[in-house]
Amino acid sequence: MKPCAFDYVRVESVEEATALLCEHGDDARILAGGQSLMPLLNMRLASPALVVDISRVPALDYARPERDALCVGAACTQAKVEWRSDLAREVPLLALAFPHISHFQVRSRGTVCGSIAHADPSAELPLALTALGGEVVLRSARGTRTVAAGDFFQGMLSTARTAHELVEEVRFPLHRSGLGYGFAELAQRHGDFAIVACAAVAGADEIRFAVGGAGDRPRLARWPRLASADLDAALNDFAWEIDARSDPHAPAKYRRHLVRHLGRRAVEAACA
Amino acid sequence: MKRIERDARCRVDVTLNGVERSGWCDSRTLLSDFLRQELGATGTHVGCEHGVCGACTVRVDGTAVRACLMLAVQADGQRVDTVEGLAGAQGMSALQRAFKRHHALQCGYCTPGILLSATQFLERVPQPSEQQVREMLSGHLCRCTGYTNIVRAVLDAAAERPERSRCPP
Repeated sequence: MKPCAFDYVRVESVEEATALLCEHGDDARILAGGQSLMPLLNMRLASPALVVDISRVPALDYARPERDALCVGAACTQAKVEWRSDLAREVPLLALAFPHISHFQVRSRGTVCGSIAHADPSAELPLALTALGGEVVLRSARGTRTVAAGDFFQGMLSTARTAHELVEEVRFPLHRSGLGYGFAELAQRHGDFAIVACAAVAGADEIRFAVGGAGDRPRLARWPRLASADLDAALNDFAWEIDARSDPHAPAKYRRHLVRHLGRRAVEAACA
Repeated sequence: MKRIERDARCRVDVTLNGVERSGWCDSRTLLSDFLRQELGATGTHVGCEHGVCGACTVRVDGTAVRACLMLAVQADGQRVDTVEGLAGAQGMSALQRAFKRHHALQCGYCTPGILLSATQFLERVPQPSEQQVREMLSGHLCRCTGYTNIVRAVLDAAAERPERSRCPP
């Protein structure tokens, strides 16, 4: 299908974008890479009055380490982050997750911030951001605020962003010595949305374990380093706690099974 | 700031396969429809129109993207390469010849998109493993060949190429 008619504005600065969001609110949608919004427009699941194209705002097209995080701007594509020569040293969990994110033809154009803003519960980038304890920078005409990943994702395609705000930047915490990482996913085809995906970050005293695809948003558990039997019990408890959903792809029971199975694989990889 | 009202027609200029071309479209016109209906470049095929099947894959400024997930106005001023531009003065490209040798197409509907993806892929990964080729192909649906012959063709085309280092997109 084809999109409904809309007014289109290609902005050249962040200020132009936030001014339009301030004026039009819910009637406006931000278009960056288009890999989430364009299917919604084509299927007419979204029909905004105004599309604000930020894909050519130079000030938003960056990915750079700053202090303790890899900061990625709203116009930066997933491919640009994926192909950073130092990514496996900077944010190892992202290097593990990228091969699972759709297909390279989509990562070529899809943006990191777009995936975060879209907040599909099966998407890998929201999962990785949750597991790492990253941050989302929201900018409106009035100012800027920073939201922790755990507070940003609020439900199915639902986030803490208000209609007047732009997801300006996402911050992935940089690798620190002593941390290990694991990522495991099951999808129907390579590159499809995950039925369940698990990410783990293990330190000397703590395991951060996050699950995507099972519930309505990425969910995080924090455990001490656990012995093998205790890990099984913790995974089982968490599999029940996240309220896994049934859909045409998989019943909730199978998703719980995957949380236990893939979860163990991810945690073991992170602790290895 | 460039603004296009919903009822307005706007002019889009692209460099299509090395030739300056321009046409008119609405703000909502997809790049795939602009190429086919406005510029007459019907080699780019339209399948699912939501980015899953890969049939409409073209290269925009060298990068393989879904033409159905991009507005025509977003391609304004950019280089667009389609299947019509793959063959040179010497005839078909090495990849196209390999597709012919290996019978890597039947109905041919998905083939233009696969050729454009594989062309960029081989520039980035000149000596791929079979697994890497299969992962690249996972972004395309082909309902005729079962992929085996496509994988063989891409690997054969890679074997013909001189070794080059991995370069970023």
